[in-house]
Amino acid sequence: MFYIYCPYCGEHREEEEFHPKGQAHIERPKEPEACSDEEWGNYLFFRDNPRGVHHEMWVHAVGCRKFFNMTRHTVSYEILETYKMGEQPSITADSQNPPRETVPVSHPEGVRA
Amino acid sequence: MQRYSGFGLVKHALSHHENWQRQWRNPTPKKQYDVIIVGGGGHGLATAYYLAKEFGIKNVAVIEKGWLGGGNTARNTTIVRSNYLWDESAALYEHSMKLWEGLSQDLNYNVMFSQRGVLNVGHTLQDMRDIQRRVNANRLNGIDGEVLDAKGVQELVPIMDCSKNARYPVMGASWQPRAGVARHDAVAWGYARGADAHGVDILQQTEVTGFKIRDGQIYGVHTNRGDIEAKTVGCVAAGNSSVLAKMGGFKLPLESHPLQALVSEPIKPILDTVVMSNHVHGYISQSDKGDLVIGAGIDGYNGYGQRGSYPTVEHTLQAIVEMFPIFSRVRMNRQWGGIVDTCPDACPIMSKTPVKGLYFNCGWGTGGFKATPGSGHVFAASLAKGEMHPIAEPFSMFRFHSGALIDEHGAAGVAH
Repeated sequence: MFYIYCPYCGEHREEEEFHPKGQAHIERPKEPEACSDEEWGNYLFFRDNPRGVHHEMWVHAVGCRKFFNMTRHTVSYEILETYKMGEQPSITADSQNPPRETVPVSHPEGVRA
Repeated sequence: MQRYSGFGLVKHALSHHENWQRQWRNPTPKKQYDVIIVGGGGHGLATAYYLAKEFGIKNVAVIEKGWLGGGNTARNTTIVRSNYLWDESAALYEHSMKLWEGLSQDLNYNVMFSQRGVLNVGHTLQDMRDIQRRVNANRLNGIDGEVLDAKGVQELVPIMDCSKNARYPVMGASWQPRAGVARHDAVAWGYARGADAHGVDILQQTEVTGFKIRDGQIYGVHTNRGDIEAKTVGCVAAGNSSVLAKMGGFKLPLESHPLQALVSEPIKPILDTVVMSNHVHGYISQSDKGDLVIGAGIDGYNGYGQRGSYPTVEHTLQAIVEMFPIFSRVRMNRQWGGIVDTCPDACPIMSKTPVKGLYFNCGWGTGGFKATPGSGHVFAASLAKGEMHPIAEPFSMFRFHSGALIDEHGAAGVAH
């Protein structure tokens, strides 16, 4: 369960109030007609999928209903920061060197299902 | 390989079952192989098995960073079906279904494939129209299927709430009698034993840390146990495929998400089929041990942590209790997560890559288990010939540039 700080409401709220909305900082090509098939396909379908620090959009769906950005670690799930749309992250994979990596949780009992 | 039989069981009983042969060896890596498979889950082991058995390529290594079948193979809800909408995916999953039907005999290993049927329940008029369309498409592709009304569903599953008073009343369902469940661990073990018997080296606790690429052609992999060379490398790494692709210097249109499942305490036999609902969004079956096996949708955020959030578990159980009020007081025993690599069109990727000799089999998302034999078979054929098998051809990673997507969101069963 995440406890998320909405940068617009200025409060921590529970995960259920929010929805994840995919990778942050994607720019729509300025001239879609001028794109090659490859450029357009990359824009539509190819996302960063890092094992580590990731920047993603969330929406405060049952709160202020605003979109904002979050920097989160995809292995430890630790939320490193949240920031408003249009702002740049202060924490990135490069600034987190060496990257924070927790021991992957294994559920050996799960294999008996 | 020591063959299993009833006679063998009696024979070994005389020595108190202490002299059974190990099912596979634990070899030291050789310097060079003809083919390397990265990922020792069901799909990877099946690929190695068919490479050795059907295509005569026995100098094969399966490299696994953990232990055999410790990832999604052991974490899924074991459902097997082939009622997909589009021709391309129907061909793939039906190919797999036909292999499932003879798998225990082929492997000489009981994978406990039980064709108890799968119901895909509809709760709205649109659900029913989609179900009719899908069943008709299935029949044209030679896949068994029937459309049932609410009465038919009630007859098959008496404990389900099919009354008009339900919040989302059951209006009917699609029914695939040949579908069912299989024992997932046995699938991995059976393929591993079969592959090993044909001379495949299964290297556990061996992690690929990089690819050896020269002039756009792969010639080996770096691992934590030294370099291993091969001119053909097939990556079958599910949730970690994007990480491997990055080592190869390209990107895949995948996002890794946690997918959770849970089982209840064991109860007496009560549910003899598989019930899935896209609308209230949950699916359930009962294992031979008696526990209810329950799953639903992915957690919406990217994650490699093999665990998800509690709200997702809560929504899953809400859906189950909505359909089966009788289960409202059953206690859940265990809950876990796996990392699924979802693709934008809910179809897998079986493809060549920008690196010559490097192939990827990934993007199975939430529905990979059912495809294990078929995926392994056509991927093995592709690796053996250097050309993608006709069934695998439409699933190229380059379809996201050409636009020839195969939109299976409707039949995938789980919302991505």
